[in-house]
Amino acid sequence: MSTEAAGFEELRDLYQEVILDHGRRPRNHLRLDPCDASARGDNPMCGDRVELFLRFAPDGRIARAAFLGRGCAVSQASASLLTETVPGLTPAEAKALAARLREMARTGARDESTEALARLSALSGVHEFPSRVKCATLAWHALEAALDGVKEASSE
Amino acid sequence: MDAAPARLDVARVRQDFPILATTVHGRPLVFLDSGASAQKPRAVIEAMTRCMETAYANVHRGAYRLSELATEAYEAARAAAQRFLGAEHAEEIVFTRNSTEAFNLVAHSFGRALLKPGQAVLVSEMEHHANLVPWQMLRDAGRGIGLRVVRVTDQGELDLDDLARHLSRGDVGLVSVTHMSNVLGTVTPASAIARMAHAAGARVMFDGSQAAVHRAVDVRAIGADFYAFTGHKLYGPTGIGVLYARRELLEAMPPFLGGGDMIETVTLERSTWAAPPARFEAGTPAIVEAVGLHAAIDYVNALGMEAIEAHERDLVEHACATLAQVKGLALLGAPQDRGGVFSFALEGVHPHDLATFLDRRGICVRAGRHCAEPLHARFGLEGGTARASFGLYTTRGEIDALAAALDAARGFFA
Repeated sequence: MSTEAAGFEELRDLYQEVILDHGRRPRNHLRLDPCDASARGDNPMCGDRVELFLRFAPDGRIARAAFLGRGCAVSQASASLLTETVPGLTPAEAKALAARLREMARTGARDESTEALARLSALSGVHEFPSRVKCATLAWHALEAALDGVKEASSE
Repeated sequence: MDAAPARLDVARVRQDFPILATTVHGRPLVFLDSGASAQKPRAVIEAMTRCMETAYANVHRGAYRLSELATEAYEAARAAAQRFLGAEHAEEIVFTRNSTEAFNLVAHSFGRALLKPGQAVLVSEMEHHANLVPWQMLRDAGRGIGLRVVRVTDQGELDLDDLARHLSRGDVGLVSVTHMSNVLGTVTPASAIARMAHAAGARVMFDGSQAAVHRAVDVRAIGADFYAFTGHKLYGPTGIGVLYARRELLEAMPPFLGGGDMIETVTLERSTWAAPPARFEAGTPAIVEAVGLHAAIDYVNALGMEAIEAHERDLVEHACATLAQVKGLALLGAPQDRGGVFSFALEGVHPHDLATFLDRRGICVRAGRHCAEPLHARFGLEGGTARASFGLYTTRGEIDALAAALDAARGFFA
């Protein structure tokens, strides 16, 4: 039974309460109109989709983030957490955060050195599920695309 | 030889499949993804090993004993496929890489050489992408060949009235539809479709990737002009598929790929084509895989396709009754004649989350759109479904385990 229990533990690592909560009740789930930047992320293999909208403050920092989308709990929770985390960051800081998030999803190495990363550490459990890593990173690919002025991104 | 046994001894059959004795995450493997690719019996594994250990060389080339042995084995596999499909001649069997390649071969060769500008190919809304994309490519090749789509009813059946409407326009050169849907499980009325197509002057091709695994197929009884299936879904290896085509059609068709083995004479300026089926088998073929496919055909024949079908009808009946009890579960389609394939949505649980959850209980299902994106759009399920598909080794107990896990998943996520 021990390996079975371990399997269930991993399931709880992936579907932590914060993920389930954001998956069921995504925050900032709306279209920002007008917005200063937007991009759509598609995962063609599974049909997950995240459309991300950003507004910037006069000093260039991200003032507001929101998204629309469809997909699994992980992809939608990750997008929801993103919209709560990036306001207040400069575009360069947001891109650095996206890179750290992708690394965390791939390796499972938790990094709680900043408040933003600590919030997102719930997404690190995905590394035990290689086929699901792209679910966690989809919104972050869209974020990078939006900041780079690209309209479409893919997590493939 | 004795007549095929009326009932399948599933417990004994399961012992033929080494992988079914393994565990996943500490749980016994419950493999419900045979529609994507089936597991392999020891007979197939051993036949392929034996070929490589004792009788392997290139085929159709060497004037030496080993090459002759390999050639005999390769051609024996062709004869086995011929008998399996009820084809009249072994020369009507072309080995391909898979069903997808068979459709590409027909689209490229028959489609470009024998369909005329102004003619159309007719597919249905429930086709696997393998029987859609090659025809889209043909349509877009600038040869004036159209592509139209027959509707699927809300029950998940091919709409025969719509098929008749399309055929009545008189421009259909080829009807190419599935013999069993990989999403809905719908078994289509192949001989009725063939009769309708022929009466309208069209040829007919069937995608038998699913059907050939679950039902005895007789291409002559159906009246098929083309019929495709793939080895890996029939408990055989990957890398080998079968295209059946009437001899007179193959003889009129130009090659698909050029290279060795498919020519009669070659000069630096031009070549002349070998007769079918060699014309369509350029290069060194999948020799070991053909031997494996032969072993797979022998394996299912020894069990008896009728016994396999009877077992699967029992499973389908049990699954319909059992899944109906799962709260929040919506089945895609309700066809009258259903093979062992069930696609479903579970309220409040995304298919990918569900597949991950089930995997931790040792249960393998497919999540997504199963290479049938237009069909999911037609039923308003762009996000996809989860799919459980059965093989000859599937048990009622495994379906019960699935149902219990689906209830648990709703408790976990919803």
